[in-house]
Amino acid sequence: MHRIAVRGIAIAACLALAVTTAACSDEAPSSGGGSTANVPGVTDTEITFGTHQPLTGPASAGYSKISPATKAYFDYVNAAGGVYGRKIKYLVEDDGYNPANTQTLVRKLVLEDKVFAILNGLGTPTHTGVLDFIKSQNVPDLFVASGSRSWNQPDKYPTTFGYQPDYTVEGKIMADYVKKTYPGQVVCHLGQDDDFGRDSLAGVERVFGASGVKEKQKYVTSMTTLAPQIGAFKTAGCQVIISGTIPGFTARGLGAAAQLGYKPQWVVSSVGADNLTLSGLLGANKGLLEGLISVGYLPIAVDESNPWIQLYKKINASNNGNAPFDNNIVYGMTVGYLTVQALLKAGKNLTREGLVKAIESGGFKNAAAGPYRFSKTDHSGIGGMQMGKISGGVQAAFGPVYETDDGDGAVKEYTEAATAPPSNGIPTDTAVK
Amino acid sequence: MTTTDRPQPSVQAKEAQPGGLSPLRRMTSGLTARQPGGSGSTLLRHLVWVLVGAVIVYFVSYGIEPFRNYQFATVAAYLCVTVGLTMLTGLNGQLSLGHSAFMAVGAYTVALLQNEFSDRNILGNWTLLVSLPLGVLAAALAGALIGVCAARLRGPYLAGVTLAVALVVPAFTTYFSSVFNADQGLSVYVEPAPAALGPYFPPERWQAWIAILCAMITLLLVANLIRSRFGRSFKAVRDDEIAAKLSGIHVARTQILAFVVSAACAGIGGGVIAVITQNVSPSVFGLTLSLNLLLAIVLGGLGSMFGAVWGALLLVFLPYLTTQMTRDVELSPSLSRNLEGNLPLALFGLILIIMMLLAPTGIQGAFRKLGMIIRRRMSRPRRSEAN
Repeated sequence: MHRIAVRGIAIAACLALAVTTAACSDEAPSSGGGSTANVPGVTDTEITFGTHQPLTGPASAGYSKISPATKAYFDYVNAAGGVYGRKIKYLVEDDGYNPANTQTLVRKLVLEDKVFAILNGLGTPTHTGVLDFIKSQNVPDLFVASGSRSWNQPDKYPTTFGYQPDYTVEGKIMADYVKKTYPGQVVCHLGQDDDFGRDSLAGVERVFGASGVKEKQKYVTSMTTLAPQIGAFKTAGCQVIISGTIPGFTARGLGAAAQLGYKPQWVVSSVGADNLTLSGLLGANKGLLEGLISVGYLPIAVDESNPWIQLYKKINASNNGNAPFDNNIVYGMTVGYLTVQALLKAGKNLTREGLVKAIESGGFKNAAAGPYRFSKTDHSGIGGMQMGKISGGVQAAFGPVYETDDGDGAVKEYTEAATAPPSNGIPTDTAVK
Repeated sequence: MTTTDRPQPSVQAKEAQPGGLSPLRRMTSGLTARQPGGSGSTLLRHLVWVLVGAVIVYFVSYGIEPFRNYQFATVAAYLCVTVGLTMLTGLNGQLSLGHSAFMAVGAYTVALLQNEFSDRNILGNWTLLVSLPLGVLAAALAGALIGVCAARLRGPYLAGVTLAVALVVPAFTTYFSSVFNADQGLSVYVEPAPAALGPYFPPERWQAWIAILCAMITLLLVANLIRSRFGRSFKAVRDDEIAAKLSGIHVARTQILAFVVSAACAGIGGGVIAVITQNVSPSVFGLTLSLNLLLAIVLGGLGSMFGAVWGALLLVFLPYLTTQMTRDVELSPSLSRNLEGNLPLALFGLILIIMMLLAPTGIQGAFRKLGMIIRRRMSRPRRSEAN
């Protein structure tokens, strides 16, 4: 026994001596300073971005096509010489929509791979968990792929920026449309039991008032049926259902209503209203989608006349292996385009602070229907949306583009004309001083 | 220290005698019966092991990158759980698919307490000394509740009940969403590292210290428990319940005790995860985690403490390595569309199959076998010399 103790202490002491010499003080991290020479993830020839995406798992359907599309756009820009001579490298990590994986992967990207910035990390529950870490590392956290309002807290999370319209803005625009188009009808709300559903309902109630929404129902993604919720809507006599649902639950809602022989007017969030995804889920019953009102902020993938769709289809063919073209690809490529715009604005001497400042300078114009709201005090993304409708199996946008804020501001028409992409498909934004 | 020379009580000596080996006993490679009284004070021996380990880890944490520190913190958190689970399954013969739920109990308790402290402006790193033990206590209580049921159930029925426990976590957080915030989970307030450690002290190293300290304490306590009268009762119950009953062991009580201790270990593991990731949500503690934990202790070597260490290392580094290995594979866009995300999973599965084929008794079992072969080789020439 004594022998073991003595031996152990001897080993420990030797180790202590050996390593103390190596480990003394911690040096200041070298990310500061104004020159590009020591910015993590940036060299004279390369900029590295990282992201976490659900390539596998419950949320992978559809969403797994976003990051390859973004990467394809970067490859397209790289082939034309990159941004200020730097090629863009995009590291995609699969978190399977599990926040535990996101925690590890984002730390790996930032601490080990030393990426310049996190780009378009997907999901509300997944990304919420890494906000504090990202803040502590001072890493730019660009264009989060979720409409939670959490991304717009410039005081608390100064490097995080949203991308798509937040769910409150969306709720207000949907509700405003319903109020004008179906006056006097009974309006109800179906929402996911997290920020998505809650923020959406908050937006709807800004327009109708809390008492103006007769029945409010919630669901969680582990549920297998929405029959109880739809039953409650039927009992309450709801005529219009505004719905903050992901595609799987939009389809379940439509199915449950059909089984009850109940035909309300559905008005569905952009998140859960992609015609291609919904028809895939409903299969033979896709006729139920007829007349569904949706809302969107990007051109619809089947709109061949739109110059952005033409550009994206070309890049999809040349750099994305001609993947089946849907709204997810439009989404991913627009993220890529916006990122290149931001990099161009940040100028040749790229730093993390410079990039944040460049985005805050605002004024981005691209495929998005409405304006980007970025400023020093506003880190939310696109602020405008356009209504859409499925008729004859085809989804098409109609009417004017509306814009609003997540507060009490009115819903008003956005009159600025849409922009067309430059002929070579690469933005021409110039550096801000 | 004086216990060395004291004669062992007769009951203990009787229990420690290895009888005929049951099939389960033969599977658990990590359990060579130690001669009673042959190696001195168990507590002291374990204490020395743990101290040596702690000193090594302390210095290693200075020599490695922040991300490696984070990985080691995660390993330590899982180690707390695998140690408890390997005791329950390997030593007591009870199967649990519900350990992710006990981790969730620990994690949510720590999360709620930490946030409560910060809301009341009670700040400081000492709050962890309150919230972590309370997390363990909560998990132990949950374990006692399930353990009472578990003591009446065998084999697949026990697996079924514990499976239900694992599945109930998301439903629970949804039902009480005002407290647990449903699927989105809670963020956990954790005080940064003490200022005395310097302004550029990486937070990951501080987290690694907390996690490793917890793991060392857990290891020490469980290792001692296993070598004690209780540990021998655990094994006796596993090998033959009737024989155990005849020797005066209360079978149900022993099984409940094993379950409670194991749940408490899971609770501390969950609490540590809440602290190092600063976030808890139900999908972190899903059924997959339970299955992964079971996979880890079987691959590591069922029933041995070193097996639990291997298991915890595997849980963290195997997925990491498969992702790293597949990352640099350059594929055409159309091929990568189908393979991206799936390639690491396929590689992961392949490695598992190969490991089970090569080392059916787990990594620790393989090492043990290797050690035995080497020892035999070494002793053979000596014997021929004697001839």
